[in-house]
Amino acid sequence: MSYLDANATEPLRPEARAAAIAALDLAGNPSSVHAEGRAARRVLEAAREAIARRFGPGAVVFTAGGTEANALAIRGLAAGRRVLVGATEHPAVLAAATGGVTLPVDGRGIIALEALEAALLEGPALVCLMAANNETGVLHPIAEAAALCRDAGALLHVDAVQAAGRVTLPEAGDSLALSGHKLGGPKGAGALLLRGGLEPAPLIAGGGQERGRRGGTEPLPAIAGMAAAAEAPMPDLAPLRDALEARLRIIAPEIVIAGDGAPRLPNTSCIALPGAAAETQVIALDLAGVRVSAGAACSSGKVARSHVLAAMGWGELAGCAIRVSLPWNATAEDVERFVEAWAAMRARLSRRAA
Amino acid sequence: MSGGVDSSVVAGLMAEAGHEVIGATLQLYDHGAATSRKGACCAGQDILDARRVADRLGIAHYVLDRENRFRDAVMRDFADSYARGETPIPCVRCNQTVKFTDLVDLARDLGCEALATGHYARRIDTPEGPALLRAADPVRDQSYFLFATTREQLAFTRFPLGEMPDKAAVRAVAARLGLGVAEKPDSQDICFVPQGSYADVVAKLRPDAAAPGEIVDAEGRVRGTHKGIAHYTVGQGRGLGIAVADGEERLYVAAVDAPRRRITVAPRTALPVTDARAGEANWLVTPPAAPVRAQIKLRAREVPQPATIAWDAAAGEIAIALDAPGIVAPGQAAVIYDGDRVLGGGFLRARLARAA
Repeated sequence: MSYLDANATEPLRPEARAAAIAALDLAGNPSSVHAEGRAARRVLEAAREAIARRFGPGAVVFTAGGTEANALAIRGLAAGRRVLVGATEHPAVLAAATGGVTLPVDGRGIIALEALEAALLEGPALVCLMAANNETGVLHPIAEAAALCRDAGALLHVDAVQAAGRVTLPEAGDSLALSGHKLGGPKGAGALLLRGGLEPAPLIAGGGQERGRRGGTEPLPAIAGMAAAAEAPMPDLAPLRDALEARLRIIAPEIVIAGDGAPRLPNTSCIALPGAAAETQVIALDLAGVRVSAGAACSSGKVARSHVLAAMGWGELAGCAIRVSLPWNATAEDVERFVEAWAAMRARLSRRAA
Repeated sequence: MSGGVDSSVVAGLMAEAGHEVIGATLQLYDHGAATSRKGACCAGQDILDARRVADRLGIAHYVLDRENRFRDAVMRDFADSYARGETPIPCVRCNQTVKFTDLVDLARDLGCEALATGHYARRIDTPEGPALLRAADPVRDQSYFLFATTREQLAFTRFPLGEMPDKAAVRAVAARLGLGVAEKPDSQDICFVPQGSYADVVAKLRPDAAAPGEIVDAEGRVRGTHKGIAHYTVGQGRGLGIAVADGEERLYVAAVDAPRRRITVAPRTALPVTDARAGEANWLVTPPAAPVRAQIKLRAREVPQPATIAWDAAAGEIAIALDAPGIVAPGQAAVIYDGDRVLGGGFLRARLARAA
């Protein structure tokens, strides 16, 4: 089996597993006064510092995951501002930015900065941009966008869920959303990093946890695991990914790679095989022991048409693209198995089409 | 795998027989939208049931998004057919397109050797190729809905429930295999109209079929107003809202005239005809060169009736001469049987207006 669906979730890193298991044995509630509570609080604050050290500076608010971190920033900061969102943002952002204005991307999937600049002229705004796209891995020019926002007095929220831990993040933006399991931690924790003293209105009020920004007892094992994963060294996956793409181009010159020519995450490759339904490809590869994905998976498991590729002007070809995303522990053997399975699949499909 | 007991049992039987089984569930329409439940998932409970059965059996399972294909090939066809004044049969269209064309293609793309479905029908191999037969259980028989399956598709297909004596036997297998769906009630009616009226669905896609018009009798007298031709089918007696004079016979829908948006009514005795034609024919045997004696089934809930069948190759139509007059509703399937075997069939055509 080769697991090449890291952008859905990274395999658990051993250091994250160890930290999470250690935290499971902490009896105390971080909010408790007594010694056990203080011991739990120490682990929580150490995790907070680790996240700030790695992705800061800023105040760290722990959440249940990336979706909640995005929602907290957008719903909590949008008051009195127009919300501007990139066309290829994640559904977590699009759903939180109800009534938002969509900013177009170019054919490579990069945000159109001139459109952002023009939209910023129309009054106070909250701009939501992802550092890296989940489907294509395409990186947006966050530093440039941040400069435009600063000049216009607008806030910039950065969805860094896919970029964190994979590329060095520019120290830009007023808030930053992170997801623990996308770093290689356990599922169940995320964080919102706040800069410049911003105070979003809480989505969930409660016992005053997270300085009143997020009610509810913190899920310490998931948070400790997330912090441990954040401190792990960044893998160098570009050579494997580039080799994978080069092999496929030799086998099948007809393939189209999304965001080709744009700066991309080093682990992500979105590959279209013209005429082959993405759904068929994902199933065929799964049956061959290779796990990839296509579009955005609904909770039912159905494969929906990609709004990202549609925004890039792909038309019909959008239905023929799969996403290969290498996990932190990917090996040359994984790539080899993928290439073999993909080539066999393509051969069968073209025999059938003939 | 619809999530119902039949296809679940099929998956279980195939897995038990040692095959590598891949479960496929078709997502045909947005369940949340169809039931008007705000915020409901696009997937209904049936899809989750199918996933649970697959998990229980330890087989791979995929949900296939066929919403667009289903809307175009089945729902739109359903509405268009009503707008032409016909009574469509969407299950046949679905079998013909989404199921036996697309799923057979996908199965072949994945390197599968056969497609097994939960239909109640039998498929046997003959020296001339595969034959489609009625199911052993006459109550459940679905061969009528499968007439449009091509011979090539049929060769690739298996119907493991065809020999089941009755539904109780199928439920018993589900219970034996520990499938949670063993006691699930049978699905009813048209799947994409889970509640409310099919006419509302038609009205959304074809507002013209929901526009009111005149109800006239055989003499051309206006007898009332109808609420859109989509609400009526030939042979229908209820819901016409016509006052019948003392001593006059009850009136039934005799014809639906779509261009004039008019319903013609007549006494029941005036409805049956002996001649009918069926187009879009599919033959599961070599089409007969000369008229043959056979039995023909003109609606789902009816036993096949003796008739003489002729193949009009030039027109691509089947000419039907019924021994005893019957009611012909355009749009319904006319399926030809020789005993248990399905020979072929077509879709009933509107009769030419009788010369007054």
